[in-house]
Amino acid sequence: MVDISQTYSASRRLDGAAGARPKRRISASRIMTYGILCVICFYYILPLWVMMMTSLKGMPEVRMGNIFAPPVEITFEPWVKAWSQACTGLNCDGLSRGFWNSVKITIPSVLISIVVASVNGYALVNWKFKGSEIFFGILLFGAFIPYQVMIYPIVIILREIGLMGDVWGLVLVHTIFGMPILTLLFRNYFASLPEELFKAARVDGAGFWGIFFQVLVPMSLPIFTVAMILQVTGIWNDFLFGVIYTKPEAYPMTVQLNNIVNSVQGVKEYNVNMAATLITGLVPLTIYLLSGKLFVRGIAAGAVKG
Amino acid sequence: MLDQTHTALDGISVSIRDLELSFGAVKVLQDLNLDIAKGEFLVLLGASGCGKSTLLNCIAGLLEPTGGQIFIEGKNVTWAEPSERGIGMVFQSYALYPQMSVKGNLSFGLKNARVPKAEIERRVARAAELLHLQPLLDRKPAALSGGQRQRVAIGRALVRDVDVFLFDEPLSNLDAKLRAELRIELKRLHQSLDNTMIYVTHDQVEAMTLADRIAIMRGGVIQQLAQPLEIYNRPANLYVAGFIGSPPMNFIPGTIAGSEFVGAVRMPLSGYDWERGPHTSGNVVFGIRPEHVKIGDAARHCACQTTVTIEVVEPMGADTLLWTRVGDDEFRIRLDGQTTIHEGQTLPIGFDIDCASLFDAQTENRI
Ligand SMILES: Nc1ncnc2c1ncn2[C@@H]1O[C@H](COP(=O)(O)OP(=O)(O)O)[C@@H](O)[C@H]1O
Ligand SMILES: [Mg+2]
Repeated sequence: MVDISQTYSASRRLDGAAGARPKRRISASRIMTYGILCVICFYYILPLWVMMMTSLKGMPEVRMGNIFAPPVEITFEPWVKAWSQACTGLNCDGLSRGFWNSVKITIPSVLISIVVASVNGYALVNWKFKGSEIFFGILLFGAFIPYQVMIYPIVIILREIGLMGDVWGLVLVHTIFGMPILTLLFRNYFASLPEELFKAARVDGAGFWGIFFQVLVPMSLPIFTVAMILQVTGIWNDFLFGVIYTKPEAYPMTVQLNNIVNSVQGVKEYNVNMAATLITGLVPLTIYLLSGKLFVRGIAAGAVKG
Repeated sequence: MLDQTHTALDGISVSIRDLELSFGAVKVLQDLNLDIAKGEFLVLLGASGCGKSTLLNCIAGLLEPTGGQIFIEGKNVTWAEPSERGIGMVFQSYALYPQMSVKGNLSFGLKNARVPKAEIERRVARAAELLHLQPLLDRKPAALSGGQRQRVAIGRALVRDVDVFLFDEPLSNLDAKLRAELRIELKRLHQSLDNTMIYVTHDQVEAMTLADRIAIMRGGVIQQLAQPLEIYNRPANLYVAGFIGSPPMNFIPGTIAGSEFVGAVRMPLSGYDWERGPHTSGNVVFGIRPEHVKIGDAARHCACQTTVTIEVVEPMGADTLLWTRVGDDEFRIRLDGQTTIHEGQTLPIGFDIDCASLFDAQTENRI
């Protein structure tokens, strides 16, 4: 049994130090924590710093060799050149061509894969059919097969259906490769929503699509954001499929970047290469910055239930 | 197959015939038969996991039964879509559409049924008035209290002009005070409408206060289907007797010897209302409710008397519970709240045969 008078005096003692909140003393472990964090930040920021600085210098200044120093004379010339004039082995219209190719590849791939995967996930959770678990198992298994094994068979398939070298062939490949992980993502999210909501909508006479579009999709913004980020960054950053399944005119930005950076004609223009790399990375970066909060929320929500 | 006329009886709203449902190898419902009258308030009462929600989901069409048939208003709806059955359902978690306003929630079902706009307006307005929702129509569910949310959920069933309301533990998520309020509101609603209501709960107070009839379920089987007082006074078996009443009925095992019960106490059985004629032998369980036990002077006039020592006294305000033993078995007595009895006191107690129950020790059924 607890002695009441004792707990009373104990709580009095706790209340005792009234007034402003005492200043926290900086402990050794705290210094340690912040120290490590600073070192890690520095480690990640340094290359970005070097790239930014180099891309803003003219070639004479780059040749002077101090890669950490800020530019004496800021110039945007390398950025302009990277965008519109840099040469690959084939042409000299810079990254712009690759950028628009990437846009043409990324937008349909992202849209199609998200639409299909979200419907997949919804059907797997709410409209279980005979063998739906097996179907899901096979789909997941697909996520574990190494890409390399599938490269050549896909070449043959694309050739047979006449999409080899076409942007739409690449869209198809991206859509299929994104399917397992995206379906898993949506399935888990929809499984975490209350089942009674779905039942209520059925009693209210909503059908397969009615429930999906009017009830579930409006409350699934976070998970759609996660899917969008995963797909945009994954597809935008893809190099392998882009170089294999498209022709030079249709190369995505990453392949174009590689060709610019590795172009052997003339002098190596480090400032232009740095600018080109930064431009290429800008799209995923922007997406992250714009939707970071939703991304975290969606990741957390999707992780709740398996 | 049963023909339709089988249940086209007048006055029957919902009829369930030989219903069976299994999840894989697990039989959750078996051989379930139930007729519910038009306008009746039927409560399905049972412990958690006994299959109440499963039965309700079968009636709603959200689960497909593995056997048997369901008729609503004389129509065989066993394979009909939920929205075609003339039912509305209210869930424990409210299940409001979070992105829609209250008005959107109320009108969703009507829009799906392609009801004309003016008619939707009229019905939503009527439901809002009945459930005091007018000032809330433009709010999102997140901005409502639990009680208000549940009223919206009820309204969603109300606007659709259904024959049968199905409730799955609609008050369980509310705090005690609100639960009592909404219970009364539900009772009023039922009195002002002529819908059939099927109401699932594990709370016997809700069941006793709301029901026209209660069906007590256990392991997917209906144990007793009767009016609340009948269930209280004449429980059909030991399970029902122990389930209804709080604290539950006291049981004393023993035998019948001639015209007398012999156990930890002796009790002449003349005047007992036998279920199917008198028994003169056999192992039985004698049951008496805590509130039917008399103490002190009142006990001296009882047919059966004994003396007990009080172990625990629980004052509850309106009444007081005494915990003691008769023989080896725990024995509870419920008294008026003003009593001054204290722990350790020895008391004469007594009870009469007219409020007692007898159960067969083997079959556990009332005899
Ligand atoms: N989808 C399901 N799959 C397997 N078993 C289930 C499923 N739903 C319910 N059950 C089982 O059926 C039994 C009855 O469940 P339920 O009708 O929800 O009980 P109640 O509503 O009376 O608490 C429980 O034992 C439960 O474990
Ligand atoms: Mg239940």
